[in-house]
Amino acid sequence: MTTWLAQRLVQSVFVVLVMTAIVFVGVNVIGDPVSILISPDANQQERARIVAEFGLDQPLWSQYLSFLKGTLQGNFGNSFVYGMPALQVILSRMPATMELAIAAILLSVLIGVPLGLYAGLRPHSFFAKFMMAGSILGFSVPLFWLALILIMFFSVYLGWLPASGRGQTVDFLGIGWSFFTWDGLSHLCLPVLTLSIFKISLIMRMVRAGVREVLPQEYIKFARAKGLSRQRLLYVHVLKNIMIPVVTIIGLEFGSLIAFSVVTESIFSWPGMGKLIIDSINVLDRPMIVAYLMIIVFIFVTINLIVDILYTTLDPRVRLSRD
Amino acid sequence: MNGFASDPKTMHSSSRALLDVRGLKVKFKTNRGEGTAINDVSFTLRRGEVLGLVGESGSGKSVTGMSLMGLIENPGRICGGQILFDGIDLAKLSDLEMERLRGKRIAMIFQDPMMTLNPVLRISTQMIETVRAHDDVTLVEARRRARDALGQVGIPRPEERLDAYPHEFSGGMRQRVAIAIALLHKPDLIIADEPTTALDVTIQAQILSEVQKLTSEYGTALIWITHDLSIVCGLADNVAVMYGGQIVEYGPVAEVIRSPRHRYTDGLLNSVPSRNRRGDRLRQISGFAPSIFSMPQGCAFRPRCSFADDACHQTPPLATHGNHAHRCWHPISSREGLGS
Repeated sequence: MTTWLAQRLVQSVFVVLVMTAIVFVGVNVIGDPVSILISPDANQQERARIVAEFGLDQPLWSQYLSFLKGTLQGNFGNSFVYGMPALQVILSRMPATMELAIAAILLSVLIGVPLGLYAGLRPHSFFAKFMMAGSILGFSVPLFWLALILIMFFSVYLGWLPASGRGQTVDFLGIGWSFFTWDGLSHLCLPVLTLSIFKISLIMRMVRAGVREVLPQEYIKFARAKGLSRQRLLYVHVLKNIMIPVVTIIGLEFGSLIAFSVVTESIFSWPGMGKLIIDSINVLDRPMIVAYLMIIVFIFVTINLIVDILYTTLDPRVRLSRD
Repeated sequence: MNGFASDPKTMHSSSRALLDVRGLKVKFKTNRGEGTAINDVSFTLRRGEVLGLVGESGSGKSVTGMSLMGLIENPGRICGGQILFDGIDLAKLSDLEMERLRGKRIAMIFQDPMMTLNPVLRISTQMIETVRAHDDVTLVEARRRARDALGQVGIPRPEERLDAYPHEFSGGMRQRVAIAIALLHKPDLIIADEPTTALDVTIQAQILSEVQKLTSEYGTALIWITHDLSIVCGLADNVAVMYGGQIVEYGPVAEVIRSPRHRYTDGLLNSVPSRNRRGDRLRQISGFAPSIFSMPQGCAFRPRCSFADDACHQTPPLATHGNHAHRCWHPISSREGLGS
C-alpha cells in the first residue's frame, strides 16, 4: 500500500509538471498581453521598459524556468489587473466555488443514489420509469437555459428565491460561508439546483444500472439464503458492489464542478473562481490564467488520487493487482 | 428466535417426515407466455435422510430447491401445493417469517463457489452477519462461531483465514466456506444445488465426503441437486429423477439404479460413460429437454422416447410399487431392466 501510494504520488507530481509546460506554452500562444497592458499612445522606450519589467523580453524557455521556480515557491506572479499575487486573488474566491460544488455534489448523491436504488429494485414501477425518462431530460437540458428558467420561475414569477449573489455570509475559520445563514442558503438554492440536475440524472442511472447488474448475481441469492434482512442485503451487499463506478463519477464530477461551473457562476453572479477566470481571460491576465489552471490541475490530480485510494478500500481485488 | 416453532428435535418424533412436499407447482409468467416450471412435485424427506434430485438443466430441479427456500423471484411464483416443513407450510409463510427460517433451519449451497461469496466483503463479515441475522450474540461470540465453523469444514488456520477476502481462496476452499456458512446454525435441512459441478474431480470427492460426514454428524437432512447420477449413487438414500418439471421416477437409490422403470432414467444411466464397455459407442438420449414454455402435451419425455405411442399423449399418473414410483405408460419391466 505504501509503495503504491509513493508511486502514485510521484506520478501525480509528474502530471503536474507536464501540465505546467502545456499551460505555460498554451497561454503564451493565445495572445500578447503587452497590447492590453500598455496604452496605445505609449512610446517605444516606455513599451520596452514595461516588457522588461514583466520579463516578457526573455526567451520562452527562460520565462518558463523562472515561472517554474516561482511556482515551486507558490508564487505565480502578480495579477496584471489586481496587482496582487494571482494565487491570493484566486484563493480568496475559492470558498464560494467550493461551497457551491460541495452543496451540488452532496445534493446529487443524496437524491441520485436513493432514486437509483429504487429504480434498480423496481424497474417496472411507474415512478421508476418516470424518473428514468426524466433523467434523459436532465442530461439533455443545457445548463444556461435551465438556470434562466429556474430564475424566471422561482425568482421572477414566484419571487421565492433570490436570483443572484451570495447573500449574507458568516465568517468561519477566517472565510465567509453562505452555508450558515438562511439568507445565504436561499441564495445557494438555485445555482446548486442548476448544477445538480445533470449529476442527479447521471448518478441515478449509474446506480440503477449497477443494481440491475448485481441483483441477479449468485452471491445475492446466497446472501438471501442466509436469511439476511432486505436492508442488510441492499445497503451492504448491493451498495458496496456498485460503489466503484459511482465513486469514479462523483470524483470526476466534483472536479469539473470546481473547475467549470463558470456558466452557472456567471448567470447567478456568484463571486467564485469561475467568474474570476472568465474576467481574467477577457483581459488576458496571464498570471491569473496560469495560476487558475494550475490550481485546477492540482485539484483534479488530488481528487483522482483520493478516488484511487477509495477503490482499494471498496474492492479488495484492486489492491492485489496494483501490488 | 423463531416465533412459530421451538426446537423441533425435542418436539417431534423422528418418524414424522421433516419435509413433505405435496403437489408443488411453480409457474413463470413472462412476455413469452406462462410456463410451468414445476408441475405436481411431491416427495418426503425424513431427518438425516439424503435425497438426490437428478435431472438435466431445465428439468425443474433447481426451481424445486429455490421454492423450498422461498427464493422464487418474479416472474415466477408458487401457485399450488404445499411445502410442509416440520408441519409448517412454507408456501404460506410471509416474507419476514421465511427470512427468519432461511439460513437458520434450511440452508442452501450453490453451484459456483466463485460466485456465491460477495467479492468485496471479508469472509468474517459474511459469516458473522449470518450468525447475527438469527442469533442475538456479541460480535466476539459470532466471530468465535464463524472460526469454529471454518475449522470444521477443514480450512487450515481458520483464525487467520477469517479476515481474508473470497478471491484469496481457491474454488474448493470457497465451497468449503459456503458449506461452513450453511452449517453455522446447524440447520435441519441443507439444499445443495450442484455444489461440486464447478470443481475438480479430486476436490469434488473431498467436498462430497466432507458434506457426508458433517450432515450425518448433525443429523441434517440433505437434498443434493445434480445432473450426475454417479454422485447420487454413493451419497443419497433416495433419488428423485426430474424431467420437464415433474418427478418421473422416485425410489431408493440402489433400486432405481439397478432396475430403473422410467425410460428417461434408463437413458440417463446409459449416458454415464463409465457404465459403457470399452469400444462400445457411447449412448445418449437424443434431442433436447423441452422449454417450460413449450411443454409437450401428456408425458414430457414423449418426443424423445422410442417407446412412445398414443397413450403417451395423456399425462401418466404416478404409479407406485412399494417405495418405488414412476410416471410412465410403458415402464421397463424388471426383467427388461436387468438386461439393459
